[in-house]
Amino acid sequence: MATLDAPRIVTSRATYADSHTLSRYLDTGGYQALRQALTMFPEQVAAQVDAASLLGRGGAGFPAGRKWSMLRKSPVSYLVVNGDESEPATFKDHFLVERDPHQLVEGVIIAAFALQVTQAFIFLRGEFALGLERVQQAVNEAYEHGALGRRIFGSSFSLDIVVHPGAGAYICGEETALIEALEGKRGFPRIKPPFFPAVTGLYGEPTVVNNVETMSNLPWIVQHGGAAFAALGAGRSTGTRLFALAGRVRNPGVFEIEMVKNTFRDLIFDPRLGGGIIDDRRVKAIIPGGVSAPWFGPELLDLPLGQDEVGERGSMLGSGSIVVMDETSCVVRAAWRITKFFSRESCGQCTPCREGSGWLERILYRLEHGGGRLEDVDLLLDLSDNIAPGLTWPPQQTTICVLGSSIPSSIHAAISMFRDDFYEHVEHEGCPHD
Amino acid sequence: MTHLRSELRQRAEELIALYPRRRSAMLPLLHLAQEQDGYLSDEAMAEVAELTGTTPAEVRGTAAFYDMFHLEPVGRYVVGVCTNIACLLAGGEELLAHAGRTLGCSVGGTSPDGLFTLEETECLADCNIAPVVQVNHRYVRTTTPELFDALIEDLRQGRLDHDVPPHGTLIRVRRSGGLRVEREELAAERAEARAARDARAATEAN
Ligand SMILES: Cc1cc2nc3c(=O)[nH]c(=O)nc-3n(C[C@H](O)[C@H](O)[C@H](O)COP(=O)(O)O)c2cc1C
Ligand code: SF4
Repeated sequence: MATLDAPRIVTSRATYADSHTLSRYLDTGGYQALRQALTMFPEQVAAQVDAASLLGRGGAGFPAGRKWSMLRKSPVSYLVVNGDESEPATFKDHFLVERDPHQLVEGVIIAAFALQVTQAFIFLRGEFALGLERVQQAVNEAYEHGALGRRIFGSSFSLDIVVHPGAGAYICGEETALIEALEGKRGFPRIKPPFFPAVTGLYGEPTVVNNVETMSNLPWIVQHGGAAFAALGAGRSTGTRLFALAGRVRNPGVFEIEMVKNTFRDLIFDPRLGGGIIDDRRVKAIIPGGVSAPWFGPELLDLPLGQDEVGERGSMLGSGSIVVMDETSCVVRAAWRITKFFSRESCGQCTPCREGSGWLERILYRLEHGGGRLEDVDLLLDLSDNIAPGLTWPPQQTTICVLGSSIPSSIHAAISMFRDDFYEHVEHEGCPHD
Repeated sequence: MTHLRSELRQRAEELIALYPRRRSAMLPLLHLAQEQDGYLSDEAMAEVAELTGTTPAEVRGTAAFYDMFHLEPVGRYVVGVCTNIACLLAGGEELLAHAGRTLGCSVGGTSPDGLFTLEETECLADCNIAPVVQVNHRYVRTTTPELFDALIEDLRQGRLDHDVPPHGTLIRVRRSGGLRVEREELAAERAEARAARDARAATEAN
């Protein structure tokens, strides 16, 4: 049984049908954290976030407090919120922007105050039509309420938030590509080291980029203190986290649970959470952190849901998405579809990513649809090795951004775990599941 | 005469004013242009170039990068069916094939009556109700062939006009309040805030 006694930090209003409205937000303590923060020094607010040891929820899991402390001092700096959420099977930010847009806005204002930034942008993927409308509505209402604009709640702090729509490109979730998109360009990632956005970001000015869920945690952290947040979870994985559970489970959905205290098995099988596998079948494989993550077999179901716990086993919690495959699922088809995704979404700047993803996709296609050869299996690994030499975890990077180095993850995992399934496809001249 | 009608032109100017640099309004303006024409016409892209201080070629090159922008006319309804991993495991490919049969067109094509354009999409982040279908980027939560056919009939009969505006209309909530503050004003305010803070710190230290 899962341990579900932790407080709901970011989904406390989820049971209300009108959870997105200002009146519900105010009735449930909304904007009190901001009022409290405004009585503090900005550094004190940042110190609480540091004490919470809040890890970024966008995928890389970098501590938010540390990132903030790296912001280069400059007369102009920006806060950019990443709501591009396009990592396949990740749907927790979608939940937050539609269901609790004011919580996000309040979190952004608190972060901006702590960073002493006067202009923030919330970048939402364009396909979130309703989310875009709800967040814009929340920003409008926050202005009317005095929580945004000049001299917020009578303090000396001023902030504007612009809600910015994306237009359909997974790569814009990568923070430097997102900045390019915000500058009105194609979403081409920038070469990062040595200049990370905190030094040279939007318009060349220092910029903090944080995920929607990261921001949504801030009102609670300010109200209850960083120590209370850090008391939840264990080790480096503090607080609760949203897990988006999808695939062959009875009850897919977004669940907020305490970090580390629960295992994959708890999440997938607890009747209050995933509710088990459809038709009580057996787990064949799970993808633990978005399709960029290497897969796990059923023998790791008892692994705790923590950043380091999963990292040490050669994968990542990444974007908080967990996909379950059962005996009816074809792993070759899954690897093919994931690779097709990368091939479609590669921005095309780097040869290994642009060409490699296309070659891999075509080989997987012929294995799945007939025409595959026995030597294709090792050819897949060989090509993968060219993109991420050594096929290690974390992968070696030969490309500008880590989209490229993520391409081999699913292929390498599928072949290591289910090599015979590939051979079966060759013998069967296509997918035996069809 | 501008290509954008005056109401949209005014909204375009408002959007530009929100950003420190005009070019940043590129994606919002392209969405607006699509709202007017349902796709990005050459005239619209030329106007966006003028508004953002870029060239029509730069606008086209940028627009072409993004899946949501259509450089050719499309149907009033763009129907997207996801086949990415979560939807794949829930029968997304089968639903997409069914959609093609119902609409009488292939993926990327438009139905013979010109009303529907069918697309295979990447993950739309609504995976608990898979396979995911969007019409004009509204989630319609239509997971079976029967539900899909009923949806198409509802759209044809105009029964969903309120929930699903014509293709191109994305954000119907307009920004209100809070114009961008001038940098100098903000700098002055921050200096003031810093002085107040220092004064407070000094008293607290005593
Ligand atoms: C290909 C790619 C896609 C990404 N997509 C997202 C995304 O959709 N949302 C997100 O928050 N971070 C995404 N990231 C991670 C961001 O680059 C960045 O690390 C994150 O937004 C920082 O926020 P956090 O520290 O609060 O997690 C992506 C990274 C890569 C390489
Ligand atoms: S790795 Fe791929 S997506 Fe990333 S910059 Fe290179 S080509 Fe673009």
